[in-house]
Amino acid sequence: MSGKAACIRAENISMSFGKKEVLQSVSLNIAEGEIFGLLGPSGAGKTSLLKILTGQLRQTGGRAFLFGLDTEGLPRDAYENIGLVLDNTGLYERLSCYDNLLLFAEIYGTGREKIMEALRRTGLAEAKKRPVSRLSKGMRQRLALARAILHEPGLLILDEPTAGLDPSTAAEIHALIREERERGAAVLLTTHNMEEATKLCGHVALLHLGNIVEYGSPAEVCRRYNHLNAICLTLKDGESITVENTPLSAKVVADYLQSGQIESIHSTEPNLETVFMELTGRGFAS
Amino acid sequence: MRLRIIGAIWKKQWKDTLKNKAVFIQFIMLPALGVFMKHMVSVEGLPPNYFITMFAAMYVGMAPMVSMASILAEEKEKHTLRMLLMSNVKAGEYLFGVGAYVFLLCMAGAAVFAFAGGYTGAGLAQFLGAMAAGVAASLLIGAAIGTWSRNEMAANSLTVPLMLVCSFLPMLSMFNEKIASAARFVYSCQVQTMLKTAGAEGIDPFGAAVVAVNILCAIVIFRFVYRRSRLD
Repeated sequence: MSGKAACIRAENISMSFGKKEVLQSVSLNIAEGEIFGLLGPSGAGKTSLLKILTGQLRQTGGRAFLFGLDTEGLPRDAYENIGLVLDNTGLYERLSCYDNLLLFAEIYGTGREKIMEALRRTGLAEAKKRPVSRLSKGMRQRLALARAILHEPGLLILDEPTAGLDPSTAAEIHALIREERERGAAVLLTTHNMEEATKLCGHVALLHLGNIVEYGSPAEVCRRYNHLNAICLTLKDGESITVENTPLSAKVVADYLQSGQIESIHSTEPNLETVFMELTGRGFAS
Repeated sequence: MRLRIIGAIWKKQWKDTLKNKAVFIQFIMLPALGVFMKHMVSVEGLPPNYFITMFAAMYVGMAPMVSMASILAEEKEKHTLRMLLMSNVKAGEYLFGVGAYVFLLCMAGAAVFAFAGGYTGAGLAQFLGAMAAGVAASLLIGAAIGTWSRNEMAANSLTVPLMLVCSFLPMLSMFNEKIASAARFVYSCQVQTMLKTAGAEGIDPFGAAVVAVNILCAIVIFRFVYRRSRLD
């Protein structure tokens, strides 16, 4: 964990709806300038946790802090330092992109120049007069993100910001999220997309049935489950050869390289999805 | 209450109303119909402002209730209210902003009726005062329905029967004495009586008391619903 101040701190959060426990003793820490990924399939408890962290839902156990303030009884002005993209974008369908942002610029008391800047950064400057009802799903998502970054908050909470988007739109959103991190904002995002989490996040938590089953940087998590610790050589004839990742294997690899037979070399480290499957016995899509 | 926030909500609401035919028509249909009937239809024996007072009473029972409930329920259904509340807008500021906006638009409609009816002086004051009291009662009922309902469909299922009762009761009570005897306890009927007597007689204390009690009941219902909704 970095020595930076924590934007979000959750300590042993539990949540039940009747007899159903949706979160069980969840703890996490998100520092400023960090992108944190909350990963898990539908029903894992991601949205409930986000609601607790933003003070929309009261947990049944544990404590959560946002910028050091207890989320139970969070003062309203704390929201001025948060940018949100929730499961539902919550945009005014009949209003234009510009007017949607104008409303929030006036609420936050930010200058109008910030509206055009946010539209430009999200690639929506040319669509500023277009009503939301005529935007594609990707454009709506970008507009929701523009609204979230409009007032340059210290924390961005993004609930599946790229779900259902094409790869190029998703890549644009990733670039924007990285820019926000560079500015110093902490980013908490939930996603089903393991590749996205690996690319973007400094730390991830794998959530399964309300429990954090693994926590750390994506590389660390994958390394921990690299039981094979091997190198896989794919030859030009299609054959795959796996050798142990030890100094003794260096000569074998060198021989293949010299012979010019190698198509590709890669490690056998699992990806986050494989780790999750190993931990829970189920995939993310299930 | 922060004026900056209320101003932002008004501006948003005005732009939205212009593009929302279902709400926009609530504000202009009955005033336009009243003006049209006043100038185009002449029936011997009818009082000169017969259509003005009839449509104005219908307007009181219909426009504020339907538009307020529809605006609030739509904001809840589309999750735009959640975004506002999570942007440091207080629920009270939002409700006051939308309520004041709907009230002012309805009073603009009331002014159209008053102008078409040719009211002046004390008559004009009584006409607008009665309209304001009726609009306030309907507005509070609409706000309670909108706050209670999860979505527009749920809001409509409550608004439509209530709106029909409140807006058509004054007209139906003119044709049936039994209905009239029950309807005299409903604010819209008393508002119609006040409109009819504007400029000629003062306000009947019983009528004023009925409207006041109706407003009080609407406030109690709204407060109950607001607390249960936990918008804050």
